[in-house]
Amino acid sequence: MDFSLTPDQETFRQTLRAWLKGNIPREWKHVGSSEIPRVEAYDLLKRWQNSLFDAGFIGLTWPKEYGGRGLTFMEELILQEEMAFAKAPPILNVLGVGMAGPTIIAYGTEAQKKRYPAKILSCEEIWCQGYSEPNAGSDLAALQTRAVKDGEHWVINGQKVWTSFAQVADWMMLLARTDPSAPKHRGITYFLLDMKLPGVTVKPLRQITGEAEFNEVFFDNVRVHESQVLGDVNAGWQVGITTLMYERLTLGFALQTRLRIALESLIELGRRMEKHGRAATKEPVLRQKIAQLWIDTECLRVTGARAITKLLRGEMPGPEASAGKMVWVETHQRLQELAMDIEGPYAQLWKGSPWAIDGGVWQHSFLRSRANSIEGGTTEIQKNIIAERVLGLPKD
Amino acid sequence: MDFGFSQEQEMLRATARKFLEHECTSTFVRARMDEPAGVTDDFWAKLAEQGWLGLVFPEEYGGSRLGFVDLTVLMEEMGRCVMPGPFFSTVLLGGLTILEAGSPAQRKEWLPKLAAGQAKATLALTEPNARWDAAGVTATATEGKGGFALSGTKLFVPDAHLADVIVVVARTAEAKTPEDGVSLFLVPKGVKGLEVKLLPTMDQTRKLCEVTLKDAAVPAGALLGGKGGAWSALARVIQRATIALCGEMCGGAQRVLDMTTEYAKIRVAFGKPIGTYQGVKHKAADMLVDVENAKSLTYYAAWAADENSPETALATSMAKAYVSDAYRKVSAAGIQLHGGIGFTWEHDLHLYFKRAKASEFTFGDATHHREKVAQLIKL
Repeated sequence: MDFSLTPDQETFRQTLRAWLKGNIPREWKHVGSSEIPRVEAYDLLKRWQNSLFDAGFIGLTWPKEYGGRGLTFMEELILQEEMAFAKAPPILNVLGVGMAGPTIIAYGTEAQKKRYPAKILSCEEIWCQGYSEPNAGSDLAALQTRAVKDGEHWVINGQKVWTSFAQVADWMMLLARTDPSAPKHRGITYFLLDMKLPGVTVKPLRQITGEAEFNEVFFDNVRVHESQVLGDVNAGWQVGITTLMYERLTLGFALQTRLRIALESLIELGRRMEKHGRAATKEPVLRQKIAQLWIDTECLRVTGARAITKLLRGEMPGPEASAGKMVWVETHQRLQELAMDIEGPYAQLWKGSPWAIDGGVWQHSFLRSRANSIEGGTTEIQKNIIAERVLGLPKD
Repeated sequence: MDFGFSQEQEMLRATARKFLEHECTSTFVRARMDEPAGVTDDFWAKLAEQGWLGLVFPEEYGGSRLGFVDLTVLMEEMGRCVMPGPFFSTVLLGGLTILEAGSPAQRKEWLPKLAAGQAKATLALTEPNARWDAAGVTATATEGKGGFALSGTKLFVPDAHLADVIVVVARTAEAKTPEDGVSLFLVPKGVKGLEVKLLPTMDQTRKLCEVTLKDAAVPAGALLGGKGGAWSALARVIQRATIALCGEMCGGAQRVLDMTTEYAKIRVAFGKPIGTYQGVKHKAADMLVDVENAKSLTYYAAWAADENSPETALATSMAKAYVSDAYRKVSAAGIQLHGGIGFTWEHDLHLYFKRAKASEFTFGDATHHREKVAQLIKL
């Protein structure tokens, strides 16, 4: 066991640290510490991601020829750690960087690999994910959106739902049924869909926080050229699962960063707020809860290091990533609940109230955190994956 | 960075697994539970033969100077079979204290004997006040001509009834801070004024004693380390023993998960293996997460200890807080998923459940260590 860095990695860390010091946008601290890009911060986060791209601090593990740096997951880990130390903003194109890019690099044609990844990193093109449907959530393979071949095109009809970023996205990772007669996992194809095509309609969905971060997307005879298929026709399920594996792994790094930033903000909040005449951090029960969050956050970091060791030793990331996602979710939701406990009666106030603590940012992230155990695979589905694929319990 | 085990460590694990599966069966463990000794001479000699009794001692004292990451591997395997006997007390309490605080002559006198299996040792730290900090030390050592007279009651002392030497923690002076004035003494068995009483325990694989000292006289040479300044060495021993205990707990928790998973695959209810049902699956998944997280934090603490990292104290408390909760939860869930059979004396699960409970309160429970974490992160 060894946690030390090579001289090159140490240099990378120093360079990055210096760059972050001078380049985090000043207006960021007024936006808050929420873990997910908030609608009102989209412009700022787009500029932020673009500056990361110009400086070469994004897409570290992607091949150089597709806009990346050709580095290892170790540099990615360093990057995420430094982002946390510097309390840096998140990037905007999280789904592009976390899911679309790596999947295109894994399954794309040379033309696709030349066309998309670099623009994902620079945030020139934003991506959304067209997986879930009104009747296909946890049972994703039950999806019904149809794609029918017509000459060189596929004609898409159907509906997606809970689609974050669809209102600003240029592209969608779309799963559609191309062979309804095949078993449900074998008749699905993965498309790279241009959101500006005629017949694509985006309708915002107002969510628990009151804002419209996600959407419904309708397809009415949308004609997609056959060159937009990623991987093979009817092999979209495997491609889609790869995307989810990347999501849980690389997005996992980033989420861990956000958790550390949120935890430090929480401690700072606890120092300011009073409970029974003393700082909330000195109140015995809250103090125990904060310490447990610290332990769990560190645990995610160390468990992540075990996973990265596997990658660096050339082993594939396994279904263990499901455990990481699930633990992150539980920890983050508990953190947000604790912020409410610390605020006490102030937790009732909302943005706009002159008495709201930190402009009501915690109330927003508290509500938003309920989605964590649903999006990207519910906690129940993660537990099924762990039980069946790690522990080998029988499928139903 | 590489946060995994080396080939040598994996080999140690394989050797230990094979040896213990053969030598430390459930039948063996249960037989030891019923006897005061908790170990057989034959088994103890074999542990010495494997080199495990001196694993973390330097070569000049008959050891092999391996680190705490190596030791963690071994502890996991010992926890896996709820190994009874005075390994922990001899090596990690008595032995480690002599190594950390002793003079070269004291080390030379005891460590080779411990490593060779010719003597056993333990540490008498805690008292009826059940505290793990220096303020809990109220036993006294009064200096007289040619030596000290020790008085006080030590409680929860592991394997004192087997020990050839007990390292007794006593106060030689009242000072400004509780840490000042704490001293260590080598008290050989049979000293006049020393009385050792074996106590019935819930976890019968762990033998705990009451040690009473009534003007027990020891020579000046029995003082281990500096007079009144032993706390820092002792704190280091406690820290390291805590990490080793966490390793043992991880091994036990892993075994419970293994047993439960196997059972869920074969036990049929309503026409299907119970592992098919989500009510069972989800509990099993929670168990896996608890076990894996417990390991991550334990390995990290062991690594920090080997590196003498300034983070060792924090890493240790994080691990003990997490592992204390995790082993308790996992062993309870194991019983639940086994149903009635898991509640029987015949099934091994209760051995793990009891070991989990005993370990939880050894060196401080989760609440105790969360408070330590809070202090260390300057909350």
